[in-house]
Amino acid sequence: MSEEKKYKNLIVQGAVYKTTFTRKFEERINWEAPNENLIHSFLPGTIIDIFIKTGEKVKEGETILLLEAMKMQNQVRMPFDGEIVKIYIRKDEVISKNHLMLEIKPKNLK
Amino acid sequence: MSLRSNILDLRKRKKEVQKGGGDKAIEKQAKMGKLTARERILALLDKNSFHEYDLFAEHSATDFGMESKVLHGDGVIIGTGTIYNKPICIFAQDFTVAGGSLGLMHARKITKIMDHALKMRVPLIGINDSGGARIQEGVNSLAGYGEIFFRNTLASGVIPQISVILGPCAGGAVYSPALTDFVFVVENISKMFITGPSVIKSVLGEEISMEELGGARVHAEITGNAHFYAETEMECFDQIKALISYIPRNNSRKALPYPSKPPKKGKKIEDIVPVDPRIPYDMRDIIISITDGTEFLEIMEHFAPNIIIGFARMEGETVGFVANQPMVLAGVLDTDSSDKAARFIRYCDAFLIPIVTLEDMPGYLPGVDQEHAGVIRHGAKILYAYSEATVPKVTVILRKAYGGGYIAMNSRHLRADFVFAWPTAEIAVMGPEGAANIVFRKEIAEAENPEEMRQQKIQEYKEKFANPYVAAAQGYIDEVIEPKQTRARILHALQVSENKSVFLPNKKHGLPPF
Repeated sequence: MSEEKKYKNLIVQGAVYKTTFTRKFEERINWEAPNENLIHSFLPGTIIDIFIKTGEKVKEGETILLLEAMKMQNQVRMPFDGEIVKIYIRKDEVISKNHLMLEIKPKNLK
Repeated sequence: MSLRSNILDLRKRKKEVQKGGGDKAIEKQAKMGKLTARERILALLDKNSFHEYDLFAEHSATDFGMESKVLHGDGVIIGTGTIYNKPICIFAQDFTVAGGSLGLMHARKITKIMDHALKMRVPLIGINDSGGARIQEGVNSLAGYGEIFFRNTLASGVIPQISVILGPCAGGAVYSPALTDFVFVVENISKMFITGPSVIKSVLGEEISMEELGGARVHAEITGNAHFYAETEMECFDQIKALISYIPRNNSRKALPYPSKPPKKGKKIEDIVPVDPRIPYDMRDIIISITDGTEFLEIMEHFAPNIIIGFARMEGETVGFVANQPMVLAGVLDTDSSDKAARFIRYCDAFLIPIVTLEDMPGYLPGVDQEHAGVIRHGAKILYAYSEATVPKVTVILRKAYGGGYIAMNSRHLRADFVFAWPTAEIAVMGPEGAANIVFRKEIAEAENPEEMRQQKIQEYKEKFANPYVAAAQGYIDEVIEPKQTRARILHALQVSENKSVFLPNKKHGLPPF
């Protein structure tokens, strides 16, 4: 009974196998479809400046904020024509990698 | 001066230099729980067998105050000796001398013993315990590393190369062990990484301890950089000695045989394996039950344990085992287990060790992480390694052998010399559950009770295809054997394969997917 209990189920091609898991398998990161309306930090660093406000309409390629990371001031640019929905960061804030900075939404500006 | 006084002078000089970094530094080394370089060599080699060279080597650096510094032996001990009376070459970095840092003379000593090992065709053991490049010697240190890496590569596949990490081994220094055949690590002592915790913190803001970043456990379990993991240095030396007993001293001769022993009487082999292919068991019990005595030297025990690799003996001869482990992740193939098996297969092939493959696996591990981690190119390594290997190759299929995994696990199609299957073997394009869902999709969907129909169709498929006889009818397996005949059949297969001679097409070298 206890023998049976310590096993976990792994499904391979429709069949359920009794087995154990490795630490690496248990700690694997589940994949999520990227949401292009959410802008995350690609490096840990400090927010030097924010050039936009909530509700502002911004053209593709315009610099929306400055993130200092790895001793470089990185310009974060608008990936497409759109509107700023919400700002999750403040000036001078120190953020980690993959920190949610902005929510945007596409908008036709013409 | 008399001869006597000359000799006394030599002894005095030797004694002085053999102290390495001096009493204080030796005390510090002990406090860290580490043996000194000299103690390590003496503990590892046969008694009174060690002979040291370049004891009086000195650096010739002149920058940054180096001209006034005396570094005994320049921080490394080199020499020759024996393990179980087999000759070996060895170097051990001496952390008590300038932190074992690598300068030009230090590197020259290492490359000298490496050249010797390759020329004499004997194994090379390197004990790493070094703070890294000796900054004061600048580009000469880098040159030293490069010369070592180059020799590691030249010697690869000619002589066994063993790296023992008994202290820090960071930055560029890690690449010498990475180029060698077997890496040994010890809990709390071994530290390997390219970029240390402080740099990672300052650049990326990620905080991690040295142990969590590149300690023994991490390399044994997560990265796969280490092949053997021990709790203490003495345990580590025992592992090295055990390994040496299994492998030949170079690629032109076979490993020395040991006296033959019958397998230890234990559980009957047919009682180990449950008939239901979805219920696990420990594949190591099968290996033990068919090999001499009880010794099985498992390699990379903690990394990708869903596949087992290691050495055992059959009638005294060394055999390399590759076996799926149903106990972990159902024994699937994935990126890590493919890497692990492929490298071991190539090792066996390079050093004339026959390979026995024990198969029981449901296929490849499904998942986005696997696909994105490159399970295609990693999985291809197993196909490449088995196809290319010209040593005797024997396969026994115990239960599941489905799909691509069936092909990969040393099938007839990759030129296995002998393929045996138990009557419980299921050699099929996929498991009955998956196959029934596809082949009878329409019948199941249109049935009044789809689940009942599914079970019925699974059963139908099982009876028709999930057995060894379809493959046997094609000659893809040579013989369906009773489980208790396994050892005898493998032994016979190895015996008749002793003079196996096949030649691959002439080429400069192949292009394995690494």
